[in-house]
Amino acid sequence: MTFLSYLISGISLGSVYAIIALGYTMVYGIAKMLNFAHGDVIMVGAYVCYLVFNNWGLPWWVSLIISMIVCTVLGIIIERLAYKPLRAASSLAVLITAIGVSYFLQNAALLLWTSSPKSFPTKFFDIGGEKGFTIFDGQLQISYTALVTILCCIVIMVALTLFTEKTKLGKAMRAVSENKEASQLMGINVNKTISITFAIGSGLAAIAGVLLCSAYPILQPTTGSMPGIKAFTAAVFGGIGSIPGAFLGGILLGILEIFAKAYISTQLSDAIVFAVLIVMLLVKPTGLLGKKIMEKV
Amino acid sequence: MSTKKFFTKDRVKNLSAYLLVIIAYVVVQIISAGGGLPSMYKGLLVPICAYVVMALSLNLTVGILGELSLGHAGFMSVGAFTGVAISIALRDSITAPWLLLLVAMVCGAIMAALFGVIIGIPVLRLKGDYLAIVTLAFGEIIKSLFTNLYLGIDPEGVLRIGLVNKPEELITGSKMLINGALGISGVQKISTFTAGVILIIVSLILIFNTVNSRTGRAVMAIRDNRIAAECVGINVTKYKMIAFVMSAAIAGAAGTLYSLNYSTIAASKFDFNTSILILVFVVLGGQGNMIGSIIAATVLTILPEALREFADYRMLVYAIVLIIIMLVTNNPTFKMFAEKIRSSLKKKKNKKTVKEGN
Repeated sequence: MTFLSYLISGISLGSVYAIIALGYTMVYGIAKMLNFAHGDVIMVGAYVCYLVFNNWGLPWWVSLIISMIVCTVLGIIIERLAYKPLRAASSLAVLITAIGVSYFLQNAALLLWTSSPKSFPTKFFDIGGEKGFTIFDGQLQISYTALVTILCCIVIMVALTLFTEKTKLGKAMRAVSENKEASQLMGINVNKTISITFAIGSGLAAIAGVLLCSAYPILQPTTGSMPGIKAFTAAVFGGIGSIPGAFLGGILLGILEIFAKAYISTQLSDAIVFAVLIVMLLVKPTGLLGKKIMEKV
Repeated sequence: MSTKKFFTKDRVKNLSAYLLVIIAYVVVQIISAGGGLPSMYKGLLVPICAYVVMALSLNLTVGILGELSLGHAGFMSVGAFTGVAISIALRDSITAPWLLLLVAMVCGAIMAALFGVIIGIPVLRLKGDYLAIVTLAFGEIIKSLFTNLYLGIDPEGVLRIGLVNKPEELITGSKMLINGALGISGVQKISTFTAGVILIIVSLILIFNTVNSRTGRAVMAIRDNRIAAECVGINVTKYKMIAFVMSAAIAGAAGTLYSLNYSTIAASKFDFNTSILILVFVVLGGQGNMIGSIIAATVLTILPEALREFADYRMLVYAIVLIIIMLVTNNPTFKMFAEKIRSSLKKKKNKKTVKEGN
């Protein structure tokens, strides 16, 4: 039973990673850039939700929607101001700019909301004052937060897959990620498509932030950076640029982390997760579901 | 004729790098002898040297080898911990501080080179962003290991190592070398500005001589076109490894220099943010441009201190400055403008040589 409960908390943590990784992977797929500021957008999302919920007393779902709107707008602004002028620049230049944006968001949060940790409300998803329910004669407890997180992740994943496969805009996204010039010639507005991808990724980041802080309720300006790095690892794990890959990578990473914490060592869990990643990349150098690109000579 | 050949374009560039370092050293020494150097900047001298060496070392990987490394602080960490542990262990047998520093630095460099080999074998098989993420992973693993490492000499004089838990023999009456998350404390501060400058010059000599040798040309050929390099018979793995391990060794020496400037040292000091900071130096200074790295590392280490008058806003201002620099230097109009100036300068030079020829 303890194994099952670890598995559930692993899948739940993995779902959060998966949602963050989806944002990374979409942006990477279309703009070929590592958006290091993504983790900090998560932090902003969590803060906005916390403030709206605490100060204005609005219900949690309104807070979540407001935080999603704020993050989406923030994502668009960041893209317009910092990344759009660098479309033609080298990928390293864009990477450094993304790091600059990440510093900016962290320090702006530090000034606005101070460094003292806030305790995020954990009762968002409680039903009738209960934290969760038990099955198997009370041997296995499942929290509603974990359940909502997992459901959320599945819904987002299905919606995104349908969106990229079935809609015109999704098709445009896939076209741009395949070949920018050719899609431009076909009449696709490349800049607009990239902006929309950023907006979607940032909106997802807000959801991830709220879910993350509901499970691990300590909120401070650096909250987003470590989950950001881990989710990025998850995206690479699954094959960066692939949406099902990000989902799979996120879930696996979450399970791996919780198991390493439970069965091996809490302190060394990060080292174990990263070591598995390295071994995995050695066996499959483009990630689990990544496309193998043939080299043309 | 022979003088003309001696002063080739590369050589002038290299010599000006040495000259820059030496002039900076002399100027700083004169100012500090006159008492004109505020104590705030005095404390920055050794860290600046360490960061300059780190930037040079990373520039070897990023600029010359052409691979992105996001875990370079890991090598710095290895060098720091090895060097400091050696300096504490040998404190009683070597009394001259400069010799102790030298031995510590060499040991730090060797250990970091060893890690470079271990990490290089898997890492250099990968390409592009996947390589970057694996270096990031290694940086995090090294940080995690050092945070949980206990190393000490028990009362009977036996060296004991423990991971996660402190070995029982070390709890009473022992001499701790590395104390888990607390790191190392009671370090003798033996790093000096002069030692730092010497390390910069040694690194420059190493890098320039490698770059202008058969090895360096092979490495750069791999960077520019791996397949073509392979076709002309260059052993890609070997040359990549040479550059990577050298870069790791230099980073290790820099780590030793850096850590012996403080009385305590902890693994959390060398995290992902430090790796990124060094990468920022390299990219701002220009990939493959050693003088650029030196200047960028110096300016960007001083900048947060110089921005102290902005108080709480200083890191915010730093971030904005960083973004603006990247936007401006990559702006097409600005690039064209810079190109114009460069070409007009070249024209003038050409005219001069033509006149001299007449």
